[in-house]
Amino acid sequence: MLRFIARRLAWSIPTLFFVTFLVYIALRIGTNPVESYKRINPRVTPEKIQQYIEVNGLDPNYVRGYFQWLVNFITLDWPRSIKGSREVWPQLKDALANTLRLGAAASTVGISVGLLLGIFAALRPGGRRDVAVNTAAFVGISIPPYVSAILLQLLFAVYWSRWFGSTLFPTSGVYPPGHTGFNLVLMLKHMVLPTTVVAIQIIAVYARYMRSSLLDVLSSEYMRTARSKGISERRVLFKHGLRNALIPVVTIAALDVGAIVGGLIITENIFSYPGMGKYFLSAFGEGDFPLLMPWMVLIVASVLLFNLLADVSYAWLDPRIRLD
Amino acid sequence: MPGSTQGSDLTDELLLPTVSPRRMAFNRFVGHRAAVVSVFVLGTMVLFVALSPLTARYGVNEAVQAPPNYFLSPRAIAWLGTDDIGRDLYSRLIYGVRVSLIIGFFSAIISVVIGCVVGAVAGFRGGRFDDITMRVTDLFLAFPFLVTLLVMRNMLGAIDWLRPIMGDISSVRFIIVLFAIFGWMGVARIVRGQVLALKEREFIEAARAVGATRWYIVRRHLLPNSVGPIMVALTFSVVSAIIGEATLAFFGYGPQAGAGATSLGLLVGQAKGAVNTGFWWLALFPCLVLVTIALSINFIGDALRDATDPRMQKDS
Repeated sequence: MLRFIARRLAWSIPTLFFVTFLVYIALRIGTNPVESYKRINPRVTPEKIQQYIEVNGLDPNYVRGYFQWLVNFITLDWPRSIKGSREVWPQLKDALANTLRLGAAASTVGISVGLLLGIFAALRPGGRRDVAVNTAAFVGISIPPYVSAILLQLLFAVYWSRWFGSTLFPTSGVYPPGHTGFNLVLMLKHMVLPTTVVAIQIIAVYARYMRSSLLDVLSSEYMRTARSKGISERRVLFKHGLRNALIPVVTIAALDVGAIVGGLIITENIFSYPGMGKYFLSAFGEGDFPLLMPWMVLIVASVLLFNLLADVSYAWLDPRIRLD
Repeated sequence: MPGSTQGSDLTDELLLPTVSPRRMAFNRFVGHRAAVVSVFVLGTMVLFVALSPLTARYGVNEAVQAPPNYFLSPRAIAWLGTDDIGRDLYSRLIYGVRVSLIIGFFSAIISVVIGCVVGAVAGFRGGRFDDITMRVTDLFLAFPFLVTLLVMRNMLGAIDWLRPIMGDISSVRFIIVLFAIFGWMGVARIVRGQVLALKEREFIEAARAVGATRWYIVRRHLLPNSVGPIMVALTFSVVSAIIGEATLAFFGYGPQAGAGATSLGLLVGQAKGAVNTGFWWLALFPCLVLVTIALSINFIGDALRDATDPRMQKDS
């Protein structure tokens, strides 16, 4: 096991370099960093442009440029953003914290409700509640997040105050404009709607996973063996059924949590929530290369890490699987 | 005695009405009520779109009346209201659905064709080709979809020599090719899995034993036996292309509104501006249409999966 993890970790380092190299090329072709620098700062001197090219590793030769960028990146000599020349790390850190908070809230709510619904449905396959859960999950999957976000916003930003005379849930940001300091109640209130939007998707997906996984397990041979041993039904269900049904679900959850780091783009954008997704979209729209590259590295690293975690958790939970 | 009962069993079996597998699949599909409703809903939409000269009341960019005509709520001259410059939302929805269906359908077809070829070759030959393609698809599918899509879009749009194939970055053709480039990976995975499972079966071995060529086996045995999963993959590719296009258009990275490319995503994107002012019809109706399309195609795909998977027989 340890050997497997060590080998995978060792492999993930060249993979990280390779993927960031591809991202580097894609961003250079796609966003044209030098041109966007000139566009944002129209009266910049040629010396400044030269300096910008050097600190960002934008050499016309992609390979040489990538290594220049890499050296600067590893030595933590990160260039400043092209708009307003701000430091990158504080922005990235805040965005990451905000996204992790939103992602954690939504995943907790979504996964627990989804699993419960899935179990609830699988216990009586074909029954009325099974059909209800299945249909609801299907509708949930078919609703893109921006649709639910827009409809919720319409309801809470406009009509709630019109009908009831007060706003219940604010529809943008983390705090009201002008607010400073930490305030838990305000923050939670701002998180309700984005969390709901993300959670709807997660609930729908996990209810389906859990249902099919549990149905698979329930019809397996060892369930029949367990029953024939005379164990109580409750014990059969919890000890043999649920524990086995959760194995694939846990693996998928590990992958999903990895994707959340960069994956709440739509929701964050609509609710003006200052997380990783909003960071990416605004940086991408302006072609802000110094902001984009560290973001990409973070995303690539988290995808690789959580992929490894998924494999390890799978082997750890299921003794039938060996990692060699 | 035993001989005679055996004989009667045999004749009984022969006298049973024979049902072809295709017929059984059809029966299972019809048994899925939501899917049948979905087929009707989609059919109606396609009919509306195909007959757009008759069904649409105004042109794409035509105002319903002389100003003031902006942000009219639903009424007789504009059944679903008007937008910021006085265009009829109902007519624009018809044009939008047309563009979205075209995008979904064509990109799905292209990605299914590529995915089938790559998946079949990878599954059948195995070896290094299999390793590399599956690694690449894993990598692509692991990343946040929208990020990959946006980065690839800008990159492919900036490469000059691709322009004759991809078209201009703000055209419908570009979007179709873009989704085809992404879509084939999921399909390839499914087809590969199917081929790997079928490859070891006896009838393939029999075909090989009598000297069938690889290409013949793929064409004659593997692909026909994978029709079910491929059809399912096709329906889901259509949905993901339609939703993906809507997402891109929502953020302003979709096809440009001119040149008859008013897509559903563009209309949903307009809803964003309508939200804080309370023009509910601009938000509600495009969203409703998008969800209806996605839901119907998903239901059809689900029913197809049940219908073409012989293992489902005993359940229903």
